[in-house]
Amino acid sequence: MDVLMAVVEWFAVPMRFEFVQRALLVSVVAGVVCAVLSCWMTLVGWSLMGDAVSHAVLPGVVLSYMFGMPFALGALVFGGGSVALIGVVNRTSRVKEDAVIGVVFTAMFALGLVMISRVPSQTDLSHILFGNVLGVSDADILQVLILAAVVLAVVWYKHRDLTMYAFDPVHAHAIGVNPRLLETLLLGLLSVTVVVALQAVGIILVVAMVIIPGATAYLLTDRFERMLLISAAIAVVAAVAGVFTSFHLNVSTGGCIVLSQAVAFTLAYLFSPRQGLLWRGRAVRALRARGRGTRVLD
Amino acid sequence: MTAAIEVTGATVRYGEVLALDDVDLSVEPGRVCGLLGMNGSGKSTLFKTVLGLVPVDRGRVRLLGMGSGAARRKGLVGYVPQSEQVDWAFPVRVRDVVMMGRYGHMGRRRRPRPADREAVDHALARTDLTDLADRQIGALSGGQRKRAFVARAIAQEADVLLLDEPFAGVDRRSEATITDLLLQLRQTGHTLLVSTHDLAQVPVLCDEAVLLQQRVIAHGPPEEVLRPDVLLEAFGIHPSEERRSWTS
Repeated sequence: MDVLMAVVEWFAVPMRFEFVQRALLVSVVAGVVCAVLSCWMTLVGWSLMGDAVSHAVLPGVVLSYMFGMPFALGALVFGGGSVALIGVVNRTSRVKEDAVIGVVFTAMFALGLVMISRVPSQTDLSHILFGNVLGVSDADILQVLILAAVVLAVVWYKHRDLTMYAFDPVHAHAIGVNPRLLETLLLGLLSVTVVVALQAVGIILVVAMVIIPGATAYLLTDRFERMLLISAAIAVVAAVAGVFTSFHLNVSTGGCIVLSQAVAFTLAYLFSPRQGLLWRGRAVRALRARGRGTRVLD
Repeated sequence: MTAAIEVTGATVRYGEVLALDDVDLSVEPGRVCGLLGMNGSGKSTLFKTVLGLVPVDRGRVRLLGMGSGAARRKGLVGYVPQSEQVDWAFPVRVRDVVMMGRYGHMGRRRRPRPADREAVDHALARTDLTDLADRQIGALSGGQRKRAFVARAIAQEADVLLLDEPFAGVDRRSEATITDLLLQLRQTGHTLLVSTHDLAQVPVLCDEAVLLQQRVIAHGPPEEVLRPDVLLEAFGIHPSEERRSWTS
């Protein structure tokens, strides 16, 4: 009984604070949107692109602050602009894509840092970089909800095409669907999603939110629809665990959310029924003991 | 009669490299054409040209009497990729892959209707994959994987099929199964362009063969194209070495 009471208290006490409720709302919503998109990011192999877009939005965010605009606007312009720039430099030079991505996103991030030193209030910098989910304003919440709804609606409408693009872009082309358009759509969704997640965990950790849940779910299922559901579920649990843990331990909320996701990944990596390291290791040892090969790893 | 595949004077350059040099290729409907050549001979480029994936510097491509783009939008072109180009760990079932063949027939959300499910079931039955339909695509053997992509083209109701190395990584028995399947498709009026390293299947499967080395070196019945002196002239190799040299 005491244990149960303690658990209830652990959740109930923070919930008395309005800022915790708001943080929870933003973290869960942002987490779900990121988690859904992360499934395609994982399968297309765009982890580095997620990192790039999230860092490249910094100048846009700073500009928006300076001119008092909703910062999603600036972030979208710079996120989309950076992606376009990466594409152009990649196509028109011999430099490989990962290097182009590295050049563009660090340059954009540096530009943001320089611009931010011109902005009067320095406290905002750490909020942008590391998130400030415990202090989100009504306007921020509204922005997160609207953008999240837009992303989820587009994904719901186009998910089969996006999966076809991720699996076989040449087939898409062969049946008259332009893979370039689908790629652009996915990059656009990524930019918007990054903006949503900025509120929860900040620029530095956004990339975790658009990779870890999808990568974790990928270890747990061979069905794409289940992968979406598992990914979203992981994000919700991680958001809740992260917010409450950070309250009780008085530590970084964004950090706790991402750490919770990393714990989920580690558990899946070790214990996933089919892909888990432990089971595979055991199966291999069993086969070796019986004098067979290691084909189970194929 | 309008040719199913008609490439006229196609020249493709990648920067300085001349990948295709004034290639003419005409395949009548209902025929199987084998596309032969060594690595780097331009086979892949010719496939991409027919698919409209690379622009031609000169020349043109017509499929079933229309432009390549129009034929694609009508769903007339089916593509069976090389094994290396497919992510076999992708979380899709065989049935999902075959259903992607129907996307051109669906609305913008690609919601399958009963007719689409029927077409998928039919394609799975025709390729003998009905019992494996709910497996993840990578859980199939080499030959079954190929058949799954052929099933996708059948479900698509494509008239022209482009098959890129359908016999690569496939054992002898599956080779025969795939050849049978492709011959059945020919009987139902499909036109097939098959690139292959596997010369053994060419006389069995193909009505005609094209030997490519940037240019078309020979085009005709398989027994003529595969004559030792033709191969020797084209590649400077002796037929007894062909298997080793061609499957590098």
